[in-house]
Amino acid sequence: MEGLHHDTIIDPPNSDLSENDTDSLKSVEDTKQTVDGDIGKDFSQSEANKLLTKEEKLNLYEQMIRIRRFEERSLRSYQQGHIGGFLHLYIGQEAVAVGSVSMLGDDDHIITAYRDHGHALAAGMEFDECMAELYGKKTGCSKGKGGSMHFFAPDKNYWGGHGIVGGQTPLGLGIAYALKYNKKKGACLCFMGDGATNQGPFYESLNLASLWNLPVIYIIENNGYSMGTAESRHSAGDPLAKRAEPFDITWSVSSGHDLFEVRQTISDALKSAHENSRPSVLEIVTYRYRGHSVADPDQTYRSKEEIEEYKTNKDPINLLKEKLLNEGIVTDTELKEIDIKAKGDADASAEFADASPYPDPSELMDDIYWETDNPDNKTSEGIMFFETPQ
Amino acid sequence: MAIITYREALNQALSEEIENDPNVVLMGEEVAQFKGSYKVSEGMLEKFGPDRVIDTPISEAAFSGLAVGAAMMGMRPVVEFMFWSFCYVAFDQIFNNAASIRYMSGGLINVPIVFRGPANGGTNVGATHSHTPENFAANTPGLKVICPATPADAKGMMKAAIRDNDPVCVMENTILYNMKGEVPEENDYIIPLGKANVLKEGKDMSIIAHGKAVHSSLQVAQTLEEKHNISAEVLDLRSIRPLDVDAIIATVKKTNRVLLVEENKPFCGVDSQVAFIIQDQAFDFLDAPIKRISAIDAPQAYSKALENIQIPDHDRILAKAMELV
Repeated sequence: MEGLHHDTIIDPPNSDLSENDTDSLKSVEDTKQTVDGDIGKDFSQSEANKLLTKEEKLNLYEQMIRIRRFEERSLRSYQQGHIGGFLHLYIGQEAVAVGSVSMLGDDDHIITAYRDHGHALAAGMEFDECMAELYGKKTGCSKGKGGSMHFFAPDKNYWGGHGIVGGQTPLGLGIAYALKYNKKKGACLCFMGDGATNQGPFYESLNLASLWNLPVIYIIENNGYSMGTAESRHSAGDPLAKRAEPFDITWSVSSGHDLFEVRQTISDALKSAHENSRPSVLEIVTYRYRGHSVADPDQTYRSKEEIEEYKTNKDPINLLKEKLLNEGIVTDTELKEIDIKAKGDADASAEFADASPYPDPSELMDDIYWETDNPDNKTSEGIMFFETPQ
Repeated sequence: MAIITYREALNQALSEEIENDPNVVLMGEEVAQFKGSYKVSEGMLEKFGPDRVIDTPISEAAFSGLAVGAAMMGMRPVVEFMFWSFCYVAFDQIFNNAASIRYMSGGLINVPIVFRGPANGGTNVGATHSHTPENFAANTPGLKVICPATPADAKGMMKAAIRDNDPVCVMENTILYNMKGEVPEENDYIIPLGKANVLKEGKDMSIIAHGKAVHSSLQVAQTLEEKHNISAEVLDLRSIRPLDVDAIIATVKKTNRVLLVEENKPFCGVDSQVAFIIQDQAFDFLDAPIKRISAIDAPQAYSKALENIQIPDHDRILAKAMELV
């Protein structure tokens, strides 16, 4: 069907595949075939996951549910008129950010595009500072100057939050370059959408990443739509990750509905980055339930049935919940308590944001230049600003 | 004091700062093995090795963005554009990322980076290679912009730019690369950004210019003095953002007549802002309307016959100056 996300038409699970420890990074020749074969495979006992404790698994579940509840609350605030501009929700994609970030070490870094709430929270940012930023308040993570698309927390190795499609792909390359220059055994995860694969700087970046052996991992979160344009209408060739091939970059396609598969995929790419300083391109197939931004019409390019199919059969939080319950390591009550706390914290963050002050007009001129913020260390002379608040 | 070229002065500044700070690297097309397309980085690869002086593919968007990412991480990259005209394919990285990340992060992230290269017409290379984007860059809060016009300034201002904690766009000029001048040798020779320079004192009119237009203005000032008995003061702006407004107002108050000269195109060019500032802050000191001369308002022409009349030359500037008296 024209416009239908490819993930909905793939073959049903192949029960023959129960081997757990196969690397999820495939050689170029057999990737497509093996990817289809991976559908339905149980990654919960794979190398990256087999040692997870109950607490760790619960924590991963908690992170996912917290991102969802935070965003659901932000949607309400948007509808109530507290949040302006764009609100690009990550709902449905949570396993990708949480699974990926959960694999990172101290010298690993993250950068992403404008659908950034999930990555920010997974990186350890707090509800309050994020919600307040959405409200445009002084207590926001960027003091109300960035908004939804521009969350930053460099102290948590989280470098934003970038509004222009594909514009972050060279920045992620630069983070990886700096890590290598400083002889750190780290990598940069650079998240992007399927639409960003059609921007030129991405290919310039792939060329440099491979040529200079930079430890950057491009993660194409393929949610099937570049805004309202289905992959079949925006991209030639399939899969998207295969575009890494002419650059001699290892690539793979995996499911983003399964947290454990995401973790294994990232683990393999990190190994390649840390040990051999090699880049990877990982296409992780996922789905967003909400519009590109929440005010956008949803029914012009996809059907309600399609969205329902994902919610019913492929929801990453439900899938993890079922697994944990089936494993018998948690009770429904424990999971409910986590959920109740997440909702409570989300409500509290909205109250915090609501009660917080807006930035003072004088703050419009802060944070533009390091130098004007540090007048005691000023080295320049002359006038920097030509129109300022009265 | 040694007499060296503008090109050698830049080379000294870059070399000294690479030696001073392990976070400084120079990257761009042909900067290393080829020794720089205009030989600015000649000898630097041999001196500092390929980790500090780095050849890039022809991918301005990627290497500009890479350098911004590295600057966010605390490095101090110097990015060479073979021509500033080529920054147009990296616009997003410079004008969105380098300029805005500090602001959008509420001051959490600094971007100490230098973008540098020649930005001038007059070399018979057609419209795509002759842009002068100092007005674009100066129109973008978050960026600083300088246009050094002499060898000494090239060194002192480049060093200041590299040590600066904000993104600085250094606009050089291929026609000035061979110009010779006295350049101090000390390692800490710094000319602060935002400090204009009176290159010739005068009392009858002020000619305010930046970049190569400074030199045509000096020639005109000499003609005015020798042939017309008019004493013109020449003020070199040096830096566009920050701008030395005090120096501009001081010269206007001294001479009461102003001619603005630039090789930028006229509409929304740098001197539009300078003219506004003068009438706003020194209107009562003006004895004549402000005169302005810029590049002829057409895409830069290839043919020498056309391009020679496009950029303000001695005769066109002189004619305009004579309208002031």
